[in-house]
Amino acid sequence: MGRSYGLLIAFAVLIAGLLLAFTVGRFPVGLGDLLHLVIAKLTGRTPDVPAAVQNVIWLVRGPRVLAAALVGAALSVAGTAFQGLFRNPLVSPDLLGASSGAALGAVLGIYFSLGVLEIEALAFAGGLAAVAAVYLIGSAMSPRDPILVLVLTGVVIGALLGAGVGLLKYMADPYNQLPAMTFWLLGSLAATNVTDLVPLFGPVALGTLVLLALRWRMNVMALPDEEARALGVPTGALRIAIVVAATLVTSASVATAGVIGWVGLVVPHIARTLVGPDFARLIPAAALLGGGFLLVIDTLARTMTATEIPLGILTALVGTPFFIWLLASVSKTWA
Amino acid sequence: MILSGHDLTIGYRDRVVGRHLDVALATGEVLALLGPNGGGKTTLLKTLLGLLAAQSGEVRLGDRPLDGYSSRERARLLAYVPQSHVLTFAFTVETVVLMGRTAHGNLFSRPTAADRAIAARMLERFGIAHLRDRPYTMISGGERQLVLLARALAQEPQFIVLDEPTASLDFGNQGKVMREIRTLAASGHGVLFTTHDPNHAMRAADRAYLLREGARIGEGATGTILGRVQLEALYGAPVELISDTNNGRTAFLPG
Repeated sequence: MGRSYGLLIAFAVLIAGLLLAFTVGRFPVGLGDLLHLVIAKLTGRTPDVPAAVQNVIWLVRGPRVLAAALVGAALSVAGTAFQGLFRNPLVSPDLLGASSGAALGAVLGIYFSLGVLEIEALAFAGGLAAVAAVYLIGSAMSPRDPILVLVLTGVVIGALLGAGVGLLKYMADPYNQLPAMTFWLLGSLAATNVTDLVPLFGPVALGTLVLLALRWRMNVMALPDEEARALGVPTGALRIAIVVAATLVTSASVATAGVIGWVGLVVPHIARTLVGPDFARLIPAAALLGGGFLLVIDTLARTMTATEIPLGILTALVGTPFFIWLLASVSKTWA
Repeated sequence: MILSGHDLTIGYRDRVVGRHLDVALATGEVLALLGPNGGGKTTLLKTLLGLLAAQSGEVRLGDRPLDGYSSRERARLLAYVPQSHVLTFAFTVETVVLMGRTAHGNLFSRPTAADRAIAARMLERFGIAHLRDRPYTMISGGERQLVLLARALAQEPQFIVLDEPTASLDFGNQGKVMREIRTLAASGHGVLFTTHDPNHAMRAADRAYLLREGARIGEGATGTILGRVQLEALYGAPVELISDTNNGRTAFLPG
């Protein structure tokens, strides 16, 4: 696979996802109308498109499409970064407990009947706090193998937080709170509006920029720690930077869209098949592909049946067989 | 420039491996570290590289203590060639060699065209340019060792430290690496390598350092210090000496 072709294909997937997400739905939007609108916006002319269509595109689908692309890209880049950091291609962004912490935060917010923005803020804080706890506990042990201890601590804390979520679900009011919690935990981008985008965009942009900037050094970080240090990379500091950036990005995504699994695990592998394991190309490819991937899934989620299917269910249904196929056919992408 | 360790006590958090070790290496010379397993060779190597903190004593590089350098500055002076190993991800050989250029960029940089040119030169030098786009995980152990050597040289260091460089190599490649080590010294690098084979030390090194159970039991020019008696004391086992009466060359065999 040629070096630039892979990135071009990833870009094409994103464009296809965007076009699909904007045009498909209960209110069909023609491709021509969409293009007219985009060109009009870019050139500043008034578009020759009905107001209803404009509303659908800018106010209804627009924020949702942008959120799907951002969340898909964010989870994929975080997953890719973690796979390099933990030197394991079977790792997902939830490894250090960001999703579990965010879930606990959100469920706490729902239990105390807080508003939407407060719930999102609690989820975001929960994700950050969980990973901070894992990191502090893991480093306090001053281990010979910092990676392994981080992973184990993450699994343990994740389980603890999961128990917390279970407890809150058990104590919740079964008519109002429990359905809200369950729905939130399954992941959804329904009713995304512009105000939801603002708290999403900042952390995602910041975290993704950091991970993009560090992408060459991620190659070196995938070596044994001593070798990486001998090559001049300050592994301790970079490990923290990568974990913080990936956690910012994951927590913001989970706070906005709920728990969406599999994207951060499957997309890096597809990206690796397209562009190879060099993180300098892999991170951008994962971002483009992840955005496109979640756009397609989200479009399916809202159009397949009369009521929306939660995103987390669809990503699992699509992701699992895909992953099995990947394992079977492309096992040369890891040693 | 001189890389030196002064009165070093080396070891890990839970145990001391060696005490009161003094060792020095100048650019342009080759030092071989010999000794039985568990004697502290690799620990001493890692301490001299700054990868392991000395429990007491000091490592100096040039006119400064080694911990006065940032890891980036250090990587531009000291290169480490570990025993070859398998990576998790199937990076190409070129990418692996390019990793040696990391210390020459800043935190957010990626390899430039100049970096690629240097990497290409290093691949040529070791005769592995044809492996450039091959995944590192799919080449032989010997080829991997050469790639790691190329990577170390891509750092453009003053010193190259190799941990058992011939361990996984076939007989032909062993000779090749030994010749490379001499060439490196001739071009002004300081080379330190650990080895289990006194013959390699005889062949490639100017000086030898004998380390047994964490203590130095001998050090000096390879011609003088590597004799049957000293080696038997070092390994605690019989050693045979064979010499070629025609050219006076000697070799050691396990007895």
